[in-house]
Amino acid sequence: MQLTVNGTTREVDVDPETPLLWAIREELGLTGTKYGCGIGVCGACTVLIDGIATRSCVTPVDGLQGADITTIEAAEDTEIGRRVVEAWVSHQVPQCGYCQSGQVLAAVSLLNEVANPTDSDIDGAMTNLCRCGTYNTIRAAVRAAAEA
Amino acid sequence: MTDHPFPLHRHHSLAEAVAAAPRPLNVSRRAFLAGSAAALVVATALPTMGKAQAAPSAAPAVAAFLELHADGTATLQSPFIEGGQGIHSAMAQIVGEELDLDPALFTVVPAPAGGPYGIMGGMRLTGGSASTRVGYPFMRRLGAAARSLLVQAAAREWAVDAAELRTEPGEVVHAASGRRLSYGALAAAAMDLTVPETLPLKDEASFRWIRRPLPRYDVRAKSTGRQSYAIDVAVDAMLIAAVQHAPRLGLTPASIDNRAEIEAMRGVHSVHLLDGAIAVVADRFWQARAAAEAAQVHWEPGGQAEHPMPEDFSTSGWRETLRAADGPGVEIEAAGDVDNAFAAAETRLEAVYEAPFLLHGQLEPPSTLARFNDDGTLDLWLPCQAPEQYAGAAATIAGLSPENVRIHSQVLGGFFGRHFLYAHANPFRQAVPLAKAVGRPVKVMWTREEEFLRDTVRPFGLARFRGAVDANGPVALSIEVVGEGPTGRWYGAPAGADPSAHEGLSGKPYAIANRRLGHVPVQNPAEIGYWRSVGHSMHDFFYESFLDEMALAAGQDPLSLRRTLLAGQTRYLALLDAVAELSGGWRGAAYDHADGTTRARGVAMASPFGSEVATIAEVSVDRGRVKVHEIWVAIDPGQIVNPQTVVAQVQSAVALGVSQTLVEGLTYEQGEPTARNFDAYPILSPDEMPAVHVRILESGAPMGGVGEPGLPGVMPAITNALATLTGRRIRSLPLSAHDFN
Ligand code: FES
Ligand code: FES
Repeated sequence: MQLTVNGTTREVDVDPETPLLWAIREELGLTGTKYGCGIGVCGACTVLIDGIATRSCVTPVDGLQGADITTIEAAEDTEIGRRVVEAWVSHQVPQCGYCQSGQVLAAVSLLNEVANPTDSDIDGAMTNLCRCGTYNTIRAAVRAAAEA
Repeated sequence: MTDHPFPLHRHHSLAEAVAAAPRPLNVSRRAFLAGSAAALVVATALPTMGKAQAAPSAAPAVAAFLELHADGTATLQSPFIEGGQGIHSAMAQIVGEELDLDPALFTVVPAPAGGPYGIMGGMRLTGGSASTRVGYPFMRRLGAAARSLLVQAAAREWAVDAAELRTEPGEVVHAASGRRLSYGALAAAAMDLTVPETLPLKDEASFRWIRRPLPRYDVRAKSTGRQSYAIDVAVDAMLIAAVQHAPRLGLTPASIDNRAEIEAMRGVHSVHLLDGAIAVVADRFWQARAAAEAAQVHWEPGGQAEHPMPEDFSTSGWRETLRAADGPGVEIEAAGDVDNAFAAAETRLEAVYEAPFLLHGQLEPPSTLARFNDDGTLDLWLPCQAPEQYAGAAATIAGLSPENVRIHSQVLGGFFGRHFLYAHANPFRQAVPLAKAVGRPVKVMWTREEEFLRDTVRPFGLARFRGAVDANGPVALSIEVVGEGPTGRWYGAPAGADPSAHEGLSGKPYAIANRRLGHVPVQNPAEIGYWRSVGHSMHDFFYESFLDEMALAAGQDPLSLRRTLLAGQTRYLALLDAVAELSGGWRGAAYDHADGTTRARGVAMASPFGSEVATIAEVSVDRGRVKVHEIWVAIDPGQIVNPQTVVAQVQSAVALGVSQTLVEGLTYEQGEPTARNFDAYPILSPDEMPAVHVRILESGAPMGGVGEPGLPGVMPAITNALATLTGRRIRSLPLSAHDFN
């Protein structure tokens, strides 16, 4: 089947029930998208599908033909993505960094939807887990990216 | 203090280890480095070389520690592994300070196993909140050595006395003549010179980079998905393996009922029976995983587990075992006359505290890539906090000598004690035999479910307290801590010489005239490990909570009682002042907040890993749910390198502390953990995170750790606040197991 990832359409030869996460990592070789739990709980595998944050570990590739998939590798291709990454860098958000691909894309998705998110918007959208506990700086960086 | 093989607990010997660290040497090899790649290479003699008098040319086998290149950049081999704690940036900051080279011009890489990197008195690991405090004096000398070589080279070039020269970042300057030369231009000339016997270090008042909030160098890569981890590593011809572990240690596979069926699944290369697991090797992880999960395995008793898990083991049974274990145990600390003090006391109180098993829950599941090479060597790419120990263990499994095993330590996707060398928790033990069996490189990747089954756990802990108080406060305190610490398990420390079994109950600073602490050893059937702040992760919860119980019994405010018990100890009093001020002033009673909640505060102190910490928590309860609103932390690590990193580490430690207070706890039934993923073992979510406020005090005491010390005070500060708010004393965690309706 064909997947359109970061603006490029490529043929992948996988079973239809294969989670998008593994098609991205193993077939397309884009390893910025991370595996943390595989059951949709942690958010490390977050990608954007048509601009909306989606947990790719529980999203089968079946049915994604024609969808516009963005991974962290292309996050900076949009103005909002650039602002989020710059906020992440200036706030020194990442520690181990393993969750941060997903965190950045969750923030991009939020700002795609809501230009100036309230606290409860942020609570509702930024639900990815971070075992390093970078939650305070994540919140500050989301705010900064919204105001940039 | 017992000289123990594991330096996590050698606080008092760290300074000695540093003092004994070998002197830097110039080991540039002109012939070897001939050409444009010429670099000034500074290393140290191997620790075993003793006096470190070897001439430069006599040390061709010494691996590089610091290289200065002709383009003015530097490469530093870090003895410590980066896992988000900012240690590589800190090392560059320290070396750069003494070398007088902008830390941004450094590339820091993890040093390979072996070589001169055992700067913890001949060995090294990344843990014990020890990296910066051990590395600090050593890295300063390393930088100073390189600087002195460059200054000497410039003095020769200009035929002037070295004393007339000074440095500015990246340059040697002769003020009298206005001449200057860049380090890159001097690197080649410095290659033939000798590091002087004495290396003057900078006056701390003139520090340019140390104590500044320099950015960590890896945050952009980590914000754009470009940081690679062990799970991302790939080599040519690599296959992927997934495993299914035996449900408990002490079982091993006899056969697989549907073997032919899973061998025929798409992408499957081969199926293997390993010690305590089966493995499926395939082209892709998803294929390997599907097949490994589908395998119907016959497990039978056997395998190499030194501590087989009893098939009837349960958390509730274990709790009863610990409660029933008789004291008084091996004496750890004693003062005064406890028995007489209790006999004479007006008010006596008793309590039993406990804390559950915990998983590490680092977000990156472990993996290891193993490749045997034609020359008989073995390469391993993996997450690892102790490269030499891994090399030794892997060599044994592979039948090689450790020199023929190359350990490529990857950036860690979280660690918190997860990646020390354990008996069954490191996937290299599977990757090595699999790579051998299939004759191709194999990357073993554990699913989260298989990880939670084999992760080492923070021990379930329990302590019994007896206290006696009068109107002025505690007059006697007797504690029996029951259980086993990870240092006892993995490094053979007997009761009495295993601080991991009692730290946080021992080493408290309060002036209580009559006290006794005993350790009642009971071997834990679970595979226990190091978890961020180790024994402190529960013991300070026990102690600081019971101290509040004694304050209440004595009719004293918890903060003022602590002040009384710390009278004259200015370092602690300064911390209490700082944390109270940071919180806007201490509140000893519940109060109504402007947002409509009723809140209360609790205070706690801890003395972990050479640092001192005071913590205040503010909580409310809303419809039975405990909400932690704010955490204020005052931390005194003596002296620091990077304030921003300190704050980040305290934030992170506080998050783990709040997490275990609110929601974490692993239970066992029939010898198996009941949680296999984050759905059944929740960790702190973003909406549960309090606002964390940090103040750093630098008392000038010897440098302490910062990675772990922020954690131990969090649990008791929260439960002490809850006691003030609700009148209920919580003596076990997590709070989610208690009903607050
Ligand atoms: S890996 Fe997809 S949500 Fe955890
Ligand atoms: S930065 Fe480590 S898990 Fe988020």
